[in-house]
Parts: sequence; C-alpha cells; structure tokens
Amino acid sequence: MSSAELHHHAQTSAPLPPHPEKATLEGRNKILGIWLLIGAETVLFACLFGTYLALRGSNMNGPTTEELFQIPMVAAATLILLTSSLTSVLGVVGMHQNNVKKVQLWFGITVLLGAAFLGLEIYEFIEYVHEGHTFTGSAFGSAFYTLIGTHGSHVLFGITWISSLMIQVARRGLTLETTPKLFVASLYWHFVDVVWVFIFTVVYLMGKVG
Amino acid sequence: MATLVVLLVFALFIGAILTGGYNKQMIERFRSHWLWEWLTTVDHKKIGVLYALGGGFFFIFGGIEALLMRIQLFFPDNHFIVGRDFNELLSMHGTTMIFFVAMPLLFALMNVAIPLQIGARDVAFPFLNALGFWLFFAGALLMNLSWLFGGAPDSGWTNYVPIALNEYSPGTGIDYYVLGLQIAGFGTTMGGLNFLATIINMRAPGMSFLRMPLFTWTSFVASALVLFGFPPLTAGLFLVMFDRLFGAQFFEVALGGNPVIWQHLFWIFGHPEVYIVILPAFGVMSDVISNFARKRLFGYTSMVFATLLIGFLGFMVWAHHMFTVGMGPMVNSIFAIATMAIAVPTGIKVFNWLFTLWGGKITFTTAMLYAVGFIPTFVMGGVTGIMLSVPPADFQYHDTYFVVAHFHYVLIGGTVFGILSGLYYWWPKMFGYTLNETLGKWNFWIFFIGFHLTFLIQHVIGLYGMPRRYFTYQAEDGITLFNQISTVGAVMMAVGAILLVLNIFVSYRQRESLVAGGDPWDGRTLEWAIPSPPPVYNFAQLPQVRALDCWWHEKMEGNKEMEPAEPLESIHMPNDTPLPLIMSIGFFIAGLGLVFRAFEVGIVGLLVVIVAMFMRSFKPDHGYHIEVEEIKATEKGA
Amino acid sequence: MSRGKPIGRLFLVFAMFALFMAGCEKPMSNVLDPQGKTGKEQLHLINLSVYIMILVCVVVFAIFFYVLLRFRRKPGDNSIPKQVEGSLTLEILWIVIPVILLVILAIPTVAVTFSQAKAAPKQQSDDFIRVKAIGHQFWWEFQYPDHNIRTAQELHIPVGKKVYVEVTSDDVVHAFWVPGLAGKVDASPGRINRVPIDAEKPGVYKGRCAELCGASHALMNFQVVAEKSSDFDKWVKKRQSPNSDPQTAEQKDGKKVFAQNCMSCHAIDGTQLKMRGNKAPNLTGFSSRNKIAGLLDNNEKNLDRWLHNPEEVKPGTYMPGFSHLDKKDMTSLKAYLQSLE
Repeated sequence: MSSAELHHHAQTSAPLPPHPEKATLEGRNKILGIWLLIGAETVLFACLFGTYLALRGSNMNGPTTEELFQIPMVAAATLILLTSSLTSVLGVVGMHQNNVKKVQLWFGITVLLGAAFLGLEIYEFIEYVHEGHTFTGSAFGSAFYTLIGTHGSHVLFGITWISSLMIQVARRGLTLETTPKLFVASLYWHFVDVVWVFIFTVVYLMGKVG
Repeated sequence: MATLVVLLVFALFIGAILTGGYNKQMIERFRSHWLWEWLTTVDHKKIGVLYALGGGFFFIFGGIEALLMRIQLFFPDNHFIVGRDFNELLSMHGTTMIFFVAMPLLFALMNVAIPLQIGARDVAFPFLNALGFWLFFAGALLMNLSWLFGGAPDSGWTNYVPIALNEYSPGTGIDYYVLGLQIAGFGTTMGGLNFLATIINMRAPGMSFLRMPLFTWTSFVASALVLFGFPPLTAGLFLVMFDRLFGAQFFEVALGGNPVIWQHLFWIFGHPEVYIVILPAFGVMSDVISNFARKRLFGYTSMVFATLLIGFLGFMVWAHHMFTVGMGPMVNSIFAIATMAIAVPTGIKVFNWLFTLWGGKITFTTAMLYAVGFIPTFVMGGVTGIMLSVPPADFQYHDTYFVVAHFHYVLIGGTVFGILSGLYYWWPKMFGYTLNETLGKWNFWIFFIGFHLTFLIQHVIGLYGMPRRYFTYQAEDGITLFNQISTVGAVMMAVGAILLVLNIFVSYRQRESLVAGGDPWDGRTLEWAIPSPPPVYNFAQLPQVRALDCWWHEKMEGNKEMEPAEPLESIHMPNDTPLPLIMSIGFFIAGLGLVFRAFEVGIVGLLVVIVAMFMRSFKPDHGYHIEVEEIKATEKGA
Repeated sequence: MSRGKPIGRLFLVFAMFALFMAGCEKPMSNVLDPQGKTGKEQLHLINLSVYIMILVCVVVFAIFFYVLLRFRRKPGDNSIPKQVEGSLTLEILWIVIPVILLVILAIPTVAVTFSQAKAAPKQQSDDFIRVKAIGHQFWWEFQYPDHNIRTAQELHIPVGKKVYVEVTSDDVVHAFWVPGLAGKVDASPGRINRVPIDAEKPGVYKGRCAELCGASHALMNFQVVAEKSSDFDKWVKKRQSPNSDPQTAEQKDGKKVFAQNCMSCHAIDGTQLKMRGNKAPNLTGFSSRNKIAGLLDNNEKNLDRWLHNPEEVKPGTYMPGFSHLDKKDMTSLKAYLQSLE
C-alpha cells in the first residue's frame, strides 16, 4: 500500500488488514530500520563484551567475580526479563487480533516486568558497591558497570518507549500508524532480552566458574 | 552559580516554546524566512546541499590547518608553530578532514543521487535524514569551538590513550574530540541506516539489485560499513569519556586497565571507515567513466561483487594498523595476508575501469578528468598499501611520512577526486546549470599537479626516517628540500581549491548561459531522466525500469522518457519539521555542558532531546499531498 | 648499500642527489641503507614489494595511457561505441595474476615475520646482550640488566652482536625506532615488546620516537652508538665504576648546586649524593655524551641554553628552567656536569 493509500485509509478508518504493521511502506521501512538498528547495537554490545572479557581479571584489590556474583538473584532477574519477552509477544498477538484491551494488558505487564528487572539490577549494584566493587576502583569495575549499565539503560529506554506507545494507543487506538510502532518496539524489547541472555552467560555464569 | 543562571535561562526558554507564550508575529516572520525552509527541510535534495555546504565549510578549516603545518615544516628547526600547538593542528586536520569533510561531502552526493538513481520520491526516513545532517553539524561545530574555548584536541585523530587521558592531556581539548565525534557519529550512523533502508525498500518497479547504478551499490555497501563500523567507535568514545569525566579505569595501567583496547576499538572502526570514504568514490568513478566513455560499465557484476568483497574484508584487517603494538607474529601474519587479499577485488575494479574506457568514445569533461586522474593516483596509493601490509617492512614505514603519503594518495587521490568528480557531474542535477568547464579544467590541473608535488616526495621523506606528526626536523637529516617541495605543492593545492570556489561563484553569475536540461551529459542512469533541478517529488510517476543503465536503454529504444509504472495520482510528501534541528541543539548543549564538566547543563541538553523525541512520537505527522493538477503544471513548466 | 639491487640503487641515487642538493652530511637514519641484519632483512622485503608493485604500476599505466590516447572522442563524432558487457576470461586473468604476485610476496613476509619475532634466549651468553629501553616524556632510559647499568639518551652497543631490546614505557605510548638499524616497535605502558637490533659497522645512528607522545614528540631523539667490542667493554667498565667525584673547587661547588637543585630528579652514579632521582635522565658520564637532552650538541653554550630555558628547546618538557641560579652557581654546575665521565 502506498503512502497515499495510507492517508486515505486513515481518513476512512476502514478495518485494519491482518498484518497492519507491514501494510504500509512506512511500516515496512520502520521494521527494516529496527532490524538494522539491532545490527548496529549488536556490534556495540560485542565491543563492550570484548572490553569486559579483556578486563574482568583486573579486579585489583576489590572482590573477584566468584566472590561477587550471586546466581539466584541474577537468575530471578533473567527469568523476569525473559517472561517480559513472552508478554510482549502476547501483546503483538493482541494487536493482530485488533484487540486494544489485550494490547494494553500485555504490554502493561511487559513494562512492569521490565521495571522489576531494573529494580533488581539497582539493588544488585548497591550491594556490589558495599562489597567494594566500584566503577572507579578497578578496570574490572569500570568494564562491568559499563556493560551492565548500558544494557540497563536500554531496558529503561524500552520501558519508556513502550509506555509512551501505550498512551498513544489509548488515545488513538490501533491504527496503521501505531501498529508498526508497537511491533518495532517489541522487536527492540526482544533484542534487549537476548543481550541479557548473553550477559547472564558470559558475565555471571562464566564469572562463577572462572 | 553560572550554571544555575544557565539552567534558569533554559527553563524559561523551554517554557516559552512549550507554551507558545511569546511573540507570535516573530514566529511567523521566522517561518516565512527562506532560511527557515532550509533549517526544517526533510527533502533529500536540500539535505544533500546542506551536507555539501557543511563539508565545504569545514574543508576551509582543515585546509588552513594543513597549510599552517606545511609552513612550519618549510625550514628545519622552524619556530613558527611548535609543540602542543602543532599537535592541535595535526589532530584537528585529520579529524576534520575525515569526519567533517570527506563523510559529509559523500553523504551530500549520496543524498542527491541515490533516491534519483533508484527511482524513489524520497529516502526511507526523511526525518532521520535531517537529524543525521544536523547532528553531524552540531558535532563538527562543537569540536571546532575548541579553537576558541579551552584548546583543541592534541592527541592525533587516532586519540590514543593514555596520552588522551586527563593526566597527560589536561584541559578540555580531548573532551571536545570525544563529545563532538560522538554526536557527529550518531548522525552518521543514522545516515547509514537510512540509506540502507532506502536502497532495500524504496527501489522503483523493475529496479532489481543488479540493475542499480554502481554509485548506489557502493553507497549501499558503504552504508552497511557505517552501520556496523561506527558502533565500535561509539563504544570506544564512551570508554574514553568515562575515563576522563567519571573516573573510570579502562586505560589506567596502574588499576588494571589496558590502553590497547582503545587501539583495537578505534581501528575496528577506523579501517572500515577508510572503505566508507573510498567506496562511494569508486561508485562515482564507475558512473562517470561509463558515462563519458559512452559505454556500459565493463564487468558490472564482478564490480558489484568486488565491492561486496571489499566491504566484507574491510572488517577483517583492522590490526594492520597495529603491527608494531606487539601482537606476535601469528596475529601479524594473519592480518598481513587478509590485507593483501583486498588487493584482488581492488585490482578487479581498476582493470574494469580501464576496460570500460577501452573501445569507448572518451569526452574529457572536468568530471571525467577527475575520474581519469583518479585511476593512476589511486593505483599508486593502492600499491603502497600492499607494501605496508608486510609486517617487517611496516616496522620501518609505520608512523612515518611514508604512511602519510600513502593515505593521502587514497584519501585525496581516491575520495577527494571522487567527490570533486561527483560534484562537477551532479552539479547540473542539483542546481540546473553546469559549472564552468574552463575554470574546471584549471581547477583540476592545478589541484592534480599540486597534489602529486605535495605527496609523492613524502614517501621519500618517510624512508629518510622522518616520523609523522613531527613538528620539526634537523638540517642534518637531509630532508629540507623534500619538505620544501611538499610545502610548495600544498600551496598549489590551496590555489586549486580556491579555483573551485571561484568556479562556483563565476558559474552562478553565468548560470543563464550554463543552463542544463534534464540530461546535460547524455547520461545513462535514472537521475538524468528527470528535469534539473528535479521537482520536490522527483518522479511524477514512478518509472518502470527495464535494464541496467535504464535511461540509456530507453534512449536507445528511441523513447523520450521513462515508461511510467503507475498512473498519475496525488503524491504524499512528508512535512518539514524543526525537530531535528532542536534535537541537535539539545545534543550540542549537552556536549558543551559535559566538556566543561557542568553536568547540569548536560542534563538540560539531553532533556531537550528527550522532549523533542516525545513531541515527534506523540504528534502524528500525516504529511501533505501534491494534487494531480499541481504536478501537471510543474511538469509542463519543466 | 644493497648490492645488485637496482631499485635500492635507484632510490639511493635519488637520495644522494637530494643530499647533495640539501648540502648536508650523511645521516645514519636511512631505511634504504640499513647497517644491521634486521634492517637488511626488512629492506629485502621492501625491495621485493617494490619490484612487484612497479610491475603492477607499469602494466596499469601502459594500458591507461594507451586507452586515453587511442579512444578519445573526436569532435563531431556521435557514433555510439559497442556496449561490451564484460569478459570472463579477462576477469579470471586479473584475479589469478594478482593472487600469484601476492603469494610471492606473502611467503617471505610470513617467514621473516616469524623469524624476527624470536625472543632472547633465556641464559646469558657472549653472543648477545640485553637492553631495556623505557620511553618517558620526552627522553629514553636504557638499562643493561646483565651489566647493571642505567643510562639515558645514548644506547651503546657492541658491533656485530645481537642486541635484544625490551621496549616499554613509563607514561604514554612511544615507539622505539632506529631507522638505520631496524624497524620500530611500540613502547606501551604495562607491556614489554622486543626488537632485535644489531650494527655491522661502528657509528652513530639516529633514534626516534615514532608514536605521538606529546608536545615534544618530534624532539624525543636518541642515539645508538655502535662501537667495537673492546670499546664497548671499556664503556661498560666506565659506567660500572664511573668517575663522578669533583676534582676542582669549582666542580665541588657545582656538586653542591646539583645536590640542592637537581638530585630529586636526576641521579649520578658513583657519588655520595643523598638521593638518586629517577624521574629524569641519569647523568652519569654526562660529558662523554654526544648530545644534551638527546638533541643539542654537547657543548657549554648549549648546556647553558638548556639549563636556562628547557621549554624553549623542548616544549612541554618536565625539566624546569634554572635561570634563577646566580652566575657563579650556574658556572660551577656546568663545570661539574662537564667533568662527569
């Protein structure tokens, strides 16, 4: 559908097509764009992972990874974030069913889970600082907080993004303009979760087994 | 106290904007001014012109910096500009020329040509396109402000740590570098993403990938390199920023840090960057050579695959910039061989150009002169590249004037010649009149001879043991005369550059007599099938593409215009918006705040950005329509 | 000179001509005229690559100029040339030939890369010596761990012996480079890199810092003094038991001035000074060095210039000026420094 058609569509408010997010060129561009952005972000995280791996032994006088990490709490955070990925999928399913309530419910839960994850992460950081693992204390500290912090800021951005989209859906309903945005935000959210899976493996599990 | 005042002023300012509570008439006057149209435009053709203006503006700075350095090096033990001041010049020259001249000028050509070449009405993300430009401009301006406030960066364009850390570079110079580059880098990344999406999604009916003009192809690969090459720089700049501003220890050896990490991140970005600036130039050359030889490009398919291969290998060779770091013979050998491998696809390109010329009917316009002058120049830069890939030999060349000569051969002989060729080639498409050919030829010859005079001799200077980034040398080194020849050449290049400016000025005055129709060069590709300058919607009806060099194909079939692929109907266009400009101002304020460690100001700047993002997201922008009658009138006028 | 190497000779003729034009004495810092085994191996590779690349250039330029002359469009000629699509044979040709040329280059490249990367043998022997080179802003420190010597700015080596230089840095990244002997290697803080050097002929070779290291990067010169084994041994003896005691009254005064002003940064071995400063070059045997600060000819006038205003000589140096010393103190300080052997 061309952009002109989109405009007519918006004016006539005809029912949404089955895949509203891909129905317009704008929507398709957005989806392609987010995939490209995810590609770039992957490289960014790869660089931070590399830096972390190079510096994780440089804990100087601070605690080592084995002393520091507590798997149960991190595992809980992982579980929360993975669940939020699932709920965002359910939100997209709701979107395909043109069901505003379902969309709001599941994306709302996604946001809450994301916030819970962030809360846990902040709590974890405070703990670590008390144990003498600080951002400025050693190269390991700098690399750790930069990697996890960058991921955390992505989670924060995701929460803000999805919340603002929920407001827009509440105001304007599911249209050919809001649906691509929701779809793209959920793709971004999956990406953030996948990065966390790598962090859980590379930072925490590998940090525990040495 | 000062920051509080600043905060207050900004709060009032933002309040005023949000409430609209100030002089409405003034806003109206702003909006009706011609400048407002340029500040808020999302039209790719206008953004292309903006990129060209921005790149040209900073080219003056970079050029003056180069001249000052060459003057200092005219005599041995000269005391004109020494020490830190010289280091500032060389750092700013390199950074400016790469990031604020070469990249924006290429983006200018890409913006102007790509949508026209693939038969699109605009790019995929017009808003992002404008944002990309304004971010580049904000970053470049921020970094150049360092000359006025607090001293310029002085650790080279490579900004190696630890010399770039607080301990050895106190003051704000490096902070300008880090933040200016970060902001400009965001813009560039968005630009790359935008062109990728445009080329993948917006091609006209029938424009398959293997019918795209080579400039579009090389820009496509370069955009991919931007997308995947800039994040390592972003990451690296963050690390340096954290070390300098927030006390992180990434590079502090005493606390377990490792300075080599920066070198890796920088060059993982830095080598693809080299291909980012050379590949689009290859594309320009391919189009121009094929156009003015009146032949289709020889071996088009292998050219495309060579481009892809160069792009791919570009990510595999970064460590050849680091042979002397001490990575061991195994790593050095692997990277040496990977680097040599790049010679093969590059060779394919050179020979295909030669054989495009072979049997052609060559017309030597200025654009063609630059394209033709590019071939031997670039080959010389290429062969020294292979010589540099031999690690034990590189131990001798590394960081000497030999390397300086090498990369100027590829960057000027390749990129700048490509840009100038493209400028002369697409100028009529951009403005509707050609540049003056007589002055153009003077411009070419003076610049070309000046270039070789400057840099050929620098190979020898390097072999005579003069490292790069030296502000002086001793008479006993026996390189005085060489350096003087080089300086004379640099002055000649400056004269050449001034001739270009003169040409632009003169051609503007003579534009009545230089007027170009839609197709002044008897072109081959789609952009020449529409009027010059193109109407805002580019194509009244999207064309049906039926072959490679589709416009040439239609002309050979005896057609006067492309066959339309859709009926004439109203065209949807995006609205102009000041938000990209506002967001960039926000980033600029944030950057300036962080440079001066005024974190409140930094936060205010970021708040401006965030508010602008929300405004963009929440305010639906439906664009506007150009109705059929209006299109008909425009097409008749053209 | 590399015998029987036309390219090397061509370069050299060019170089000689330039030297003649510049009217200067012959510098011992020419990559194309190395005086050591490492540098010669590197020159061989340079020559090989130059031959191959000249071959490539000749072929390309020949086609290039032929095409430009032959296929110009004549005025009024509006004919359309044949639209050739390409040629698979040609494409294969210009893939295969470059690959062959690159293999010819790659094999010796890899061989030399590995052979030159060998570290010093573990046990001491008479066949080689070990030296540690430490870069500082903007001077070089040299330590001989097997001889227990610390010196600065001047690296003495015996002719004909392999010298394994271990390069590191105390502050920022520098690079250790003696163009007339061998290629460079980075001096990075927290890392040790090795470069084997050797000199076949006695002489003085110019050394350079090749990685941007600050304001006086261009002036961080040093010298490699290659001498006959017997001379080198004499030098070692002298450094191990230096003659640093003042003889005349003036020199004694000078030593006092040194103790008051200089010793917190500079050390002089073989004296009973209370401190051995290590922030700045070790000055033992100062008068026997060719250069002051690695840069100025070692004479009284230059010493005076350096002591009065080091910033003017080396911008950004950490050495403060001593123009506040009165004339007598300055004279005696200079006398003492110039008595150090």
